[in-house]
Amino acid sequence: MSEETVTTEEAAATEHETGGISIGHVGLYATLIGLVGFYLIPIESGLVTSIKTPTALQETFPFLPPLSSSGITFEKWQVAFDFLAPGMVNSVLFTIPSTILCAILGSMAAYGLTLVDWRGQIAVLALFIAGIFVPYQAVIVPLFQFWSQYMQLSARLSFLWGLPLLERHHATILELIITHTAYGIPIVTLLFRSQYKTMSEEMIEAARLDGASVWRVYRRIVLPLSIPMFAVVFIFQFTQIWNEFLFSLTIIGSTNNPAASATLILSGLGQSLEGTDYPLRMAGAFITALPTLLVYVLFADKFAEGVQT
Amino acid sequence: MKRFLALLRSVRRKRSEGGERRVRTDGGTTEERSTLRRWLDSDIVQSSPFWLPPFLLMGFFVYAAIGWNLLLSLTEYSGFGDPDYSNLGLHNYRAMLDDPGMWAATRNTFVLLIGFTVVCLIVGLLLALLLDREIRFSRSFRTVYLLPFALSFIVTAQFWRWMYNVNNGIVNQFIGLFGLGPYNWLGSPRLVLGAVIFALVWQFSGYTMIIYLAALRSIPNDQYEAARVDGASTLRMYWRVIIPQLRPATVSASVVLVLFALKAFDFLYATFDGYRPRRGADILATKMVRESFGRSEWAYGSSIAIVLFVVSLAVIAPYLYNQYKRGNL
Repeated sequence: MSEETVTTEEAAATEHETGGISIGHVGLYATLIGLVGFYLIPIESGLVTSIKTPTALQETFPFLPPLSSSGITFEKWQVAFDFLAPGMVNSVLFTIPSTILCAILGSMAAYGLTLVDWRGQIAVLALFIAGIFVPYQAVIVPLFQFWSQYMQLSARLSFLWGLPLLERHHATILELIITHTAYGIPIVTLLFRSQYKTMSEEMIEAARLDGASVWRVYRRIVLPLSIPMFAVVFIFQFTQIWNEFLFSLTIIGSTNNPAASATLILSGLGQSLEGTDYPLRMAGAFITALPTLLVYVLFADKFAEGVQT
Repeated sequence: MKRFLALLRSVRRKRSEGGERRVRTDGGTTEERSTLRRWLDSDIVQSSPFWLPPFLLMGFFVYAAIGWNLLLSLTEYSGFGDPDYSNLGLHNYRAMLDDPGMWAATRNTFVLLIGFTVVCLIVGLLLALLLDREIRFSRSFRTVYLLPFALSFIVTAQFWRWMYNVNNGIVNQFIGLFGLGPYNWLGSPRLVLGAVIFALVWQFSGYTMIIYLAALRSIPNDQYEAARVDGASTLRMYWRVIIPQLRPATVSASVVLVLFALKAFDFLYATFDGYRPRRGADILATKMVRESFGRSEWAYGSSIAIVLFVVSLAVIAPYLYNQYKRGNL
């Protein structure tokens, strides 16, 4: 953070204070509402664009709603939904299992590395934490080779594809579940560790001195206390994995693949030689964002509280 | 909980009595057995069922994959058959030095990484300072500012393509009110990186705000009051009392921001319909994917991936070292 900007903020803050309560307050609220505009207009503009007919699109400003009811159409939403529905199903199929697996494995790892002391622990922990910052580009070529050449799950699990409800492209979904879980573990471990470190050490040590096994302490003491953090991790990882794109691009490859994720389909939606179909893309963007928005609206407060611990 | 602990204590007592008796009666063999027992009882073994499986899974996909990538970057693999690992060399890295695109991409990567992180921290801090007062609806304001954080790069890229549209984008319409523009934000090599950073700040500053708000609220109220009683001006109070205490929040927020900046590839891919961003917005991440998946220069792509990895390591190693020295790790 540069010093210059900090002082600017301070100057602004002092102005508010010295300008008297009423003027200061008006200024404060005006700023806050102006910022609401800044954060909402891109989304609002996308929403009104997605329901405009081509003529309304020509005639109105991008952020204004269609001026008459004849300018409104939900056709693009229909088209986008038809394109995206299979992708949404695929995204659910890999997002939920990986989120759950990440949370369980991350919490276990954090416990094993926090509440028990042994030499070399720091080194292992450093590897976990450094794993957060590995750019995905640094692994996608080996990852692509691993899943496409050395461990072709669709061939290895071929005996499964005759069973009801199981299809060949579920092998790709399974590959995504494993990959997302592996890459989610570091960040989730860090999140849990930050909480476990603040847990009362005396309580855990007392339990251990009293002969409770490592496993027992985890199940009876640590796990119940980490429920709020589980909520944070679920929200964070669900959003991360649902929104992830590069692994989909690498492992699934093409929009035409029956395993294509929602983000992958959206990235190619409405793009043709004539140009970009913006209304279609906007409708698609909202449909794709729906699950994360829902999670967000329902749990944003939980997330904010959890982050504060 | 108390009753539970008492129960544990009694169980432990019984067990330890039994154990002692056994040691006394067993004579010579106890030594050996107890070494094994001690090893089995040691914390590393006891805790390994917890951290080892996640570690192996992550270790394989992260660290083994990077090792493999490093090996690939020393080959001449271009997508046909299996890579030839018998003839390893640094030719890909040498080729980089003569690749002007490489220099541009490295520069852009640093600009994006640092510019995005710093601006996000500043905007987030401003938002948090504004909201950390006695105001109505502060919860609703907070929710709105954090909203873009819930969206994916692919989704926000759709919105910002539309915002930056040359003909009827809102950005151009807005600056038109002041007699400026229109600019081709995403098409001009000089503007595009700034435009991308601006959009990413829109998406992630709410997250920084949340972190700073939490930090501000954890500062006890009497510190504000003490400063005020001492006659410190608001400016001095923020500078001397508040800002220094936000250091840990700044560190943890920037770590997460760097993480998101490294994933800016998704945003660029969706903005430019593929891994060929306009000139001026090419970063190592897009160049890497383009060389490997687009041009089948797998080995060269792998070597760019290693450079990207080193760049992120250079950013993150000081953080890790610092955390280690402070005992935070």
